[in-house]
Parts: sequence; C-alpha cells; structure tokens
Amino acid sequence: MEYILIFITAVFVNNVVLSQFLGICPFLGVSKKVETAMGMGAAVTFVLALSTIVTFLIQKYVLDAFGLGFMQTISFILVIAALVQMVEIILKKVSPALYQALGVFLPLITTNCCVLGVAILVIQKDYNLLESVVYAISTALGFALALVIFAGIREQLAMTNVPNGMKGTPIALVTAGLLAMAFMGFSGIGA
Amino acid sequence: MLNPIILEGSKMEKLKSTLPNMLLSLTVICIVASAVLASVNQLTAGPIAASKAASLEAAVKEVVPEFDNKPTEEAYMAATSDGDSLKIYPAKKDGELVGVAVESSTQKGFSGEIKVVVGFDVEGKLLNYSVQQHSETPGLGSKMQEWFRTDKNNQSVIGRTLTADGLKVTKDGGDVDAITAATISSRAFLDAINRAYSAYKSADMISAATSNNNEKGGNDHE
Amino acid sequence: MNNNLIKVFLNGLIKENPTFVLLLGMCPTLGTTSSALNGMSMGLATMFVLICSNAAISALKNLIPDMVRIPCFIVVIATFVTVVQMAMEAYVPALYASLGLFIPLIVVNCIVLGRAEAFAAKNSVISSAFDGLGIGLGFTLGLTCLGAVRELLGTGKLFGLTLMPDSYGSLVFVLAPGGFIALGYLIAIVNKMKK
Repeated sequence: MEYILIFITAVFVNNVVLSQFLGICPFLGVSKKVETAMGMGAAVTFVLALSTIVTFLIQKYVLDAFGLGFMQTISFILVIAALVQMVEIILKKVSPALYQALGVFLPLITTNCCVLGVAILVIQKDYNLLESVVYAISTALGFALALVIFAGIREQLAMTNVPNGMKGTPIALVTAGLLAMAFMGFSGIGA
Repeated sequence: MLNPIILEGSKMEKLKSTLPNMLLSLTVICIVASAVLASVNQLTAGPIAASKAASLEAAVKEVVPEFDNKPTEEAYMAATSDGDSLKIYPAKKDGELVGVAVESSTQKGFSGEIKVVVGFDVEGKLLNYSVQQHSETPGLGSKMQEWFRTDKNNQSVIGRTLTADGLKVTKDGGDVDAITAATISSRAFLDAINRAYSAYKSADMISAATSNNNEKGGNDHE
Repeated sequence: MNNNLIKVFLNGLIKENPTFVLLLGMCPTLGTTSSALNGMSMGLATMFVLICSNAAISALKNLIPDMVRIPCFIVVIATFVTVVQMAMEAYVPALYASLGLFIPLIVVNCIVLGRAEAFAAKNSVISSAFDGLGIGLGFTLGLTCLGAVRELLGTGKLFGLTLMPDSYGSLVFVLAPGGFIALGYLIAIVNKMKK
C-alpha cells in the first residue's frame, strides 16, 4: 500500500516536471515529437533507477559511515556522470538496437536536474532502498508521462497560427502552465 | 594564491591527453576539492549548529510560559502512540514544571515533512505552537503558522485541551476549521499536534511513575 | 582592455541574458521564483558560483587535459556549490530552507557548465570572472523580474511589502502553473521588444 502511495504521489500529485520544476530543460527541449519524447522518457527511467540505487548505497555506506556528508553533491554528480558514460558504453556493446533508440539522449541526462534531484530527495525523505527505487521509477514515469503528453500537444501546436511574439518557447511555456493546472486536479488523491 | 598558477599556466603548453596526465590532473583536482570542502565544513559546522540551536530555543521560548532553566539541555525523548518518539523540552520556573515544548513532525504534509514545536501547560492545555519547517504550497498550506492561532470561528487550536482522540478538521468530524482549500495541509498540521500531545501524555505518565525522567532523559539524549 | 571587459559584462547581462534569451537554467528559474526575494537570492547564489568557477577553470585550463575536462569542470563547480550551500545554511538558514533542493542543483544548471565550456576554457582569468558576473547578474535580473511578477500577481505583495489588498491576489501565479505562464508571457514581451 505504501509503495502504491509513493507511486501515485510521484507520478500524478507531485509530478516532477509540472509541480516540482525539475527536468524542465529536456521537457522543453526534446518534446517536439512524441517518438523522441518516449525515447527520452525511457532513457531517464533507466538511468534514474540505476543512479538512485548507486547514490543511495554510497550515501549509506560511504558518506554516512565516514561522516563525509559535505561531499554529497560532488560525489553524487560524479557518480551520475560516470554512470551515464558507462551505460552508454555498455549499451553500445551489448544491445546496439537499444543504443540506437536511447543513445542520443544519454549525454543529455547528466545535466538533467531530476536525476541529481531525486538522488538527494530520497536521502532527505529518509526512504529505505526499496522505497527509493519505487520513488525513482515513479518519478521517471511521471517525467515520461508529462513529456509525452506535452509532445502530443506540441505536435498539434506546430500547425496552429500563433501570434508572432508568442511563437516557440513562450507558447510552449503557457501550454505547460495549462497542463500543470490540469495536474493540480490530482492533488488530494495521495493523502 | 592563484597568481603563481596563472603565471605557470601562461608559460606552459596545454597538457596532452595521455593517461597519466588525465589521472594526475583529475586526482589532484579531486584532492584539492575535498580539502577545500573539509575545511569549509569545519568552518561552518559551528555556526550551522548554533543557528539551529538558536531557532529551536526561540521556538521553545515562544510556546511555553516564562522559565528559568535550560529546556534544550534537559530534553528527553518520549514515545508517541504510533511507536515513534519525540523530543520533549521541559520548561521550569524555580524548579517547578510550568510547561513543556514538544518538537513534533509529520510526514503527512502535502509536499514533505512538517516540523512544529508545540507547547503545553501542565494540565495538557495547548499554549502555543511554532511551525519550524514545511514545504506546503505558498499561499495555501503555508498559512498554517497564522491560521490556527487566529481567533475566528473554529480556526484556533490555542487554549484547547486535547484528548486522546486528538484534534480533527470539521470535514473528518472534528471541530477545527481547516485552512480554506488546504485540507491536507491542515490534517497534517493537526496530526503533528496530536503526535505532540501523545508524546506529552506518555512523558507525563513516566514522570508520574518515576518522577526522575530528567536523569533518564539525559542518557537518552546522549 | 577596460572597454572589452565592459562589453563582456553587458553581453551577459542583456544580449545573452540566460533567462530571457538563451533560455538556460529553467528549473531554478521556475522553481525558486515564488517570490521576488527568493528569486533574487537564488540568482545571487548562482552568480557567486559562476564567478568563482569561471575564474578557477580559466586559471586551471592549461593543466586540464582535454579528454577529462568535463569531469574536472564538474568537480570544480560542485566544490563551489557546496561552499555556497554550507555558507547559506550557517548564516541565512531561513533562506536556505526556502530555496531547499535548488541550491545543490546549481551543479547541474546548464548555465554554469555552459559558460565554463564556452568562455572560461578559452579566455583569461579576469575576463572569465567578468563573464561570470555579467551572466550571473543577467540571471539574477531574470529571476528577480519573474519573482516580482509572480509575487505581485499572486499575493499583491512585492519583496514582502503589501501593495494591494489581501483579496486581490490570484494564487495560481504563486503555484506551479502560474510560473510557466508568467515566464511564457515575459519571454514573449522580450521577443516583441527585440524586433
């Protein structure tokens, strides 16, 4: 039950993009086509789950154990960067098909703040390992959901006639605002 | 300190990307970075602890009657009915207990943990509260610091004597008006208050039974 | 020389304003601007990191082999971010609490790494520092504007001072959707002015 609650809260109620403002850059950058949005969503889910496990273990068995809490930011970001590189290399060797699908998105993920954000949040929320993984995967799914919905809207938007100054990013942001308003309707479900 | 590096750098050729060079520069940078952070950490650890202690002390002072002991040094832990334990700060005047402050928290907030320091007098009447930390929605749930002390309709919780059932918002059959459009935050706030009361109650029982909870608590604290 | 520095500075402040023109660092831009003060503090914290990391990376640029430059830059940036984080927790705890998660996330703010890569790795220490100052002030300006608009429309206050009666605010601007919408319109206005 607890895990279902974490899941629903992370996907709908506190959606990572639309209510926590994490991962806005890829949200605006790679959301012009539904297909690429899905690829990005899958890549983020994969990396987020993996990096959360690794950073969680580092926090518990290295940083906490040796009183090195002040190295948190620096070690997490290095781990994430290294992990992304490793995933890229391994995917290239092991599954070229998957690499073809996700490869281009991987380098972008290092600077996706939802990866580092989630790594720090699970520590702040004092989750255990399983809760952390559930939270990480649900957050990533929430990210993917927002991305795919938004890409669908933007595909339509590209064909409409928008006032000159509003073209491009401004209208995309206003659209995102309306989408965020729709997601506000979910608030209250989790609790 | 930067100058020699700059001079050296301008004379030097850019380092080639050979394996030893890469390892060396990355290692040196990491070591310097950790050294810098360790020293800054040393430097700020004191002020961070001091500012936390100061804000806690201010909160305790706000929620209990005037006292002349040092509640933060006499703190002890007390169990709540849901199996957790909270920290209790006894306020004494001339050696006589005049009230206690309970540092309570709840995870039921709309977005994250809410920390409240709640003050009770010796009869269990809620004297005052102070919200220490929350991340509720600005303009809605964030009103809790003011809302539950405003003497309007059934908003205020100040001066109420709690029972084991705890306080509830009117929506759940209770008699406290929730913050408009922020029932979840209100429920969470009352949960923190109820938890504080349950810890206060269990501490009360211990002190009635053994009457030397301070000594015991001192050990717990350490 | 002096003219050049001013040019570098103004370039970051106006022509390449990170918030309204380059559209970089959107997460803190939206996440921390529920009030003008929060927006400004976040901007200043980012500016400090930018100046220091730009200067340090420029000073070290010849000692860092090309292939490991990104990890090296990240370590340097993360160091300064952690310094800011600890300093804020020690001396302005209230502000630290309200900015929360977004302080450590300065590390992944594309502006900081972007300037390190695009400017500091090629220019002298002094001009890199000025670039950091310009871009940082531009970012601060953007965040303060957005924060002021959201605070004024949402609560009728500005920097905590009540300008309008309480009933005036339409809360949605302080909440998530309003952030997106306000930023969208601000960028549209800037676009319009450029033409």
